[in-house]
Amino acid sequence: MKKSVFLGALTVAGLAAGAAAAGTLDDVKARGKLNCGVTTGLVGFAAPDANGHWEGFDVGVCRAVAAAVLGDPEAVEFVPTTGKTRFTALASGEVDLLARNTTWTFSRDVDLKFEFVGVNYYDGQGFMVPKELGVSSAKELDGATVCIQTGTTTELNLADFFRANNISYEPVPIETNAEAQQQFLAGACDVYTTDASGLAATRATFENPGDYVVLPEIISKEPLGPLVRHGDAEWGDIARWSLNALIAAEELGITSANIEELSKGTNNPEINRILGTEGTLGEMLGLDKDWAKRAILAGGNYGELFEKNIGEATPIGLARGLNAQWTDGGLLYTPPFR
Amino acid sequence: MSDISFVRTEMLPQQEPPASSVGVIGWMRENLFSGWFNSVLSVVSGLFIFYVVGSILGWAWSPTWSATSLNECREIGAALGHEGHGACWGVIRDRWVQLIFGFYPPESYWRPILAFILLAVALAPVLFADKVSGKLIYLTAAYPFIMPFLLWGGTIWGPLAAAAGFAIGYFVYKAVDQAAGSLAAVIAAVVAALIWWLFLAGPVSGGLAGILPIGVEPVDSRNFGGMMLSITIGVVAIACSLPIGIVLALGRQSDLLIVKALCVGFIEFIRGVPLITLLFVASTLLNIFMPPGTNFDIIMRVIIMATLFSSAYMAEVIRGGLAALPKGQYEGADSLGLNYWQSQRLIIMPQALKISIPGIVSTFIGLFKDTTLVSVIGLLDPLGLSNAIRADADWNGVVWELYGFIALMFFVFCFSMSRYSMYLERKLRTDHR
Amino acid sequence: MTTLTDPPKESFRLSMLIYDTRYRSMTIQVVAMIGFMILIGWLVSNTAQNLQDLGKEPSFRFLGEPAGYDINQRLVDYNNQNTHLRAAVVGLLNTLLVAVMGCVTATVLGVIIGVLRLSKNWLIAKLMTIYVETFRNVPVLLWIVFSMAILIETLPAPKAFRGENPEATMKLFDTVAFTNRGVYVPEPLFSRSLGNVPLFGDSSFRFDISLDLIAFLVALGLGLFVRHKIKTRADRIQEATGDRPTTWYLSLGAVAVPVLAVLVALGFHLGYPHLKGFNFTGGTHMRNSLIALWLALSLYTAAFIAENVRAGILAISKGQTEAAAALGLRSNRIMSLVILPQALRVIIPPLISQYLNLTKNSSLAIAVGYMDLTGTLMGITLNQTGRELETVLLGMMIYLAISLGISVVMNWYNNRVKLVER
Repeated sequence: MKKSVFLGALTVAGLAAGAAAAGTLDDVKARGKLNCGVTTGLVGFAAPDANGHWEGFDVGVCRAVAAAVLGDPEAVEFVPTTGKTRFTALASGEVDLLARNTTWTFSRDVDLKFEFVGVNYYDGQGFMVPKELGVSSAKELDGATVCIQTGTTTELNLADFFRANNISYEPVPIETNAEAQQQFLAGACDVYTTDASGLAATRATFENPGDYVVLPEIISKEPLGPLVRHGDAEWGDIARWSLNALIAAEELGITSANIEELSKGTNNPEINRILGTEGTLGEMLGLDKDWAKRAILAGGNYGELFEKNIGEATPIGLARGLNAQWTDGGLLYTPPFR
Repeated sequence: MSDISFVRTEMLPQQEPPASSVGVIGWMRENLFSGWFNSVLSVVSGLFIFYVVGSILGWAWSPTWSATSLNECREIGAALGHEGHGACWGVIRDRWVQLIFGFYPPESYWRPILAFILLAVALAPVLFADKVSGKLIYLTAAYPFIMPFLLWGGTIWGPLAAAAGFAIGYFVYKAVDQAAGSLAAVIAAVVAALIWWLFLAGPVSGGLAGILPIGVEPVDSRNFGGMMLSITIGVVAIACSLPIGIVLALGRQSDLLIVKALCVGFIEFIRGVPLITLLFVASTLLNIFMPPGTNFDIIMRVIIMATLFSSAYMAEVIRGGLAALPKGQYEGADSLGLNYWQSQRLIIMPQALKISIPGIVSTFIGLFKDTTLVSVIGLLDPLGLSNAIRADADWNGVVWELYGFIALMFFVFCFSMSRYSMYLERKLRTDHR
Repeated sequence: MTTLTDPPKESFRLSMLIYDTRYRSMTIQVVAMIGFMILIGWLVSNTAQNLQDLGKEPSFRFLGEPAGYDINQRLVDYNNQNTHLRAAVVGLLNTLLVAVMGCVTATVLGVIIGVLRLSKNWLIAKLMTIYVETFRNVPVLLWIVFSMAILIETLPAPKAFRGENPEATMKLFDTVAFTNRGVYVPEPLFSRSLGNVPLFGDSSFRFDISLDLIAFLVALGLGLFVRHKIKTRADRIQEATGDRPTTWYLSLGAVAVPVLAVLVALGFHLGYPHLKGFNFTGGTHMRNSLIALWLALSLYTAAFIAENVRAGILAISKGQTEAAAALGLRSNRIMSLVILPQALRVIIPPLISQYLNLTKNSSLAIAVGYMDLTGTLMGITLNQTGRELETVLLGMMIYLAISLGISVVMNWYNNRVKLVER
């Protein structure tokens, strides 16, 4: 009797299903929306607000790419993914870009057939403990109960660290950050380990953040970055250079405030090339000349995005650290726009 | 001798029953304190209720409705002198709309609301057959096309084209039935409808939409969330699983060995694995099983798997209904000279389905509750949203209020449905005996 | 004049495949079979094509690679250098553990609650109704996260046990510690242990069987056997003479003596939990993920079982109760000796499906971080290796096997207790 709901829905879905074989750029343009994979919710990096509007640092990357390609930073469908579903979502073409604080590793790049287009946050796995434990180094954690967020490289790093130091621990695997926080605050685990940014973000929302310390050891390198499917280099280039444009904009002092003025033409040729008043960088990417300008306008340059979402003025209060420009002693160093 | 009689000649007025056996005291003696064991039980459970209700009320009584963040709640709590023990209701005020509608565009909230009101109206002829006009059955027939239109939006021609497939099938059946007999007619009708759906419906509805763009703003199923998502998955999956379930149940009962084996295999396989693994299939594998390039969105895939899941259970419910029919009904149908399909359509199914309605309702309740599992694969149903809400810096650390609110929503839905199912069971019982 | 003629010899025509009922069923079956084959073939070819496009080759070789992650609750030896297969086995055992524990408690609770719902005590009956309705009408996943949250928030952390005047103390004469990391109970230890016997050699399925446990079980079995003998003898004497000899001390002795002897010989003592470093050490640690899952599954399923039990009891005719009462039995004995044994026949079939549901629901363990099959094989292993197809299919097959196993065993039991119809 009601089979037709299914059939009707199938027809609708069938109509919506495009051939993924064509270039991702064409797909995105034809669709008029960028499908962007994000986390189901991580403070400062991606979370929906009361109106369902997604905000955060990773979300900023999605919006920048959407602005560069489609001219509208709002033309993004955010697809919440879990640690388990994210790679399938990308591989199956459900999302065009995965900006879900994903660590760039060899096997993900090579074996899982993805292409990391850059690093938008240099992170590392750290430990947070209550101050009253009196622990000052992760090596003193013999026998401790450790809360881990699963679905990441975290479990492996942790196992390696404790094995290398020949000390024992009791892992408590937890699916989401919110639950991990609850367990940690209640004392159900002595230590909470995840990416240092996540630790800082979590600590910032505690009732008494001062009662907890993040230990100095960083036990892993976690370069987090957006990624795309292997085999579509044009699309990868667009994502890569949109990210680079944000980083270069900060280096060159292009902000969302002064961009209009700068785009009238300056005497710095690199700024001119980025903003499209000189050269044909946009056409080379298959976009128009204002692509980078729109990307920067979407949420500001890298520094602005950082300050707005996770920087020291926000409750999360992350310092720039490794994520400062190379001129300030950080690791952000984009290839030249030339 | 004097006439002394000890026999009373008039009736004494009836005495009041002792105070201990009537009124409140009597009731309590009867129902609460009959014997030491019952007394102990009563006292213990009374204390238990007092403790639980007391602690819940003490927690819930917290004037934090207008707070805009957890910190504000904590300040209000601190000002009142109970730190960390009061509820923070601000999160519900801030997010209840989201918990119900997800990310559905606010200006279109009328659409899901209308869709679910219409659902109730469309179900009325089935559920309360004796109380409403039979004409409503036309709405029931049209509803499967109205609902996707209202929820997903887009042009009105899509659902109309889908509905037209049935009309085409029907006319082809009528035409061929005259010429070549009923079996050929059925085959021709099915083929014609399939051709229409697969090849013609798309272009035709597209063309019509180009000429006469009637429709409402399309909403991506990704924007579905919260309670609405749960209800949508539950309702669509149950509705789609009904016909599949009927076919499976008939197949399982049939004498055809291979058909039976296939049906039993499917039903037992689906019932033997947890729903969560089927959802993993939906989230990670279904796209791999489809032809390269097909890309259902995740909600559609979840609906497909939920449909398969519930159709196995539905088949068992309907099989129960079939088994409950007296054998005389089958024999009566046979003796009238009806063939298999005629007797199924005219005699067996109407009765079997009627008996199965309570079972179908409980299958629906079960599936509806199980829709919370989609949070595990990253969909934002109420439970998934509660995690997303807790990822907002304002509400990071809120636990009980959200869980409590979600539990309450589910309880209201499921409890009323199970009451309905019980009512129906009682009604059906009197009908048959 | 008419001659008898044979009916015309029917020759087989193609249309008979459809119109002749003798052949039609064959046709339908063949069509169904072909359709099914086509469907399977279509799915397999799609899968092969897609996997080729993704550059993945279906292979189960990853099962032999080191897992690299740790599992907190392991019933058999496991460390992060063991294989993914071994991790899956550890997860499977955890699934079975919580399923068995859940089924047992759910049954006990369900029977008690189902009986109490019919109690004459108004308060109790209402309380049980509220319990059943509350638990049945809220999703089990919510109950699981709920009970986890309650355990974490209400029980003291181990640090509360520390110091001169600790906020929390160990319960039951300092033997059991309830913490929000789980419950620590005393563990049995043997100072003259016989050691372990490894089974299945060095494969991923290797597990150690404790000889102490075997010795204990043998002693217990021996005791029970002797007790049975004593009972049969007592029965015989009773039938012959009408007097039943007092045998309880003999029975007790028959069971207790060999068991105690074995325990003493092995040097049995209890290892008590004590606070050391960050955690309690010693004793058996029941993690709160296990407890939360166990509790939630039992309470949830118990609500359903209670309804089945109630229905079963109501299905027994009132005459049975009255007849039993006429024999002078008390109401609780009527319930346990007359009503429940008969109700059992009605109760068992739905009970089977509740057991199946509980086992399948135990896959929600990932919500509280209990490392069951879903958490290991279809969780971390899937994440680390990216082998969705293989892990999910393997996981489904294992669950299917468990379900079928439960069905077979329970149906066998059901057939045994079923009333033999005449």
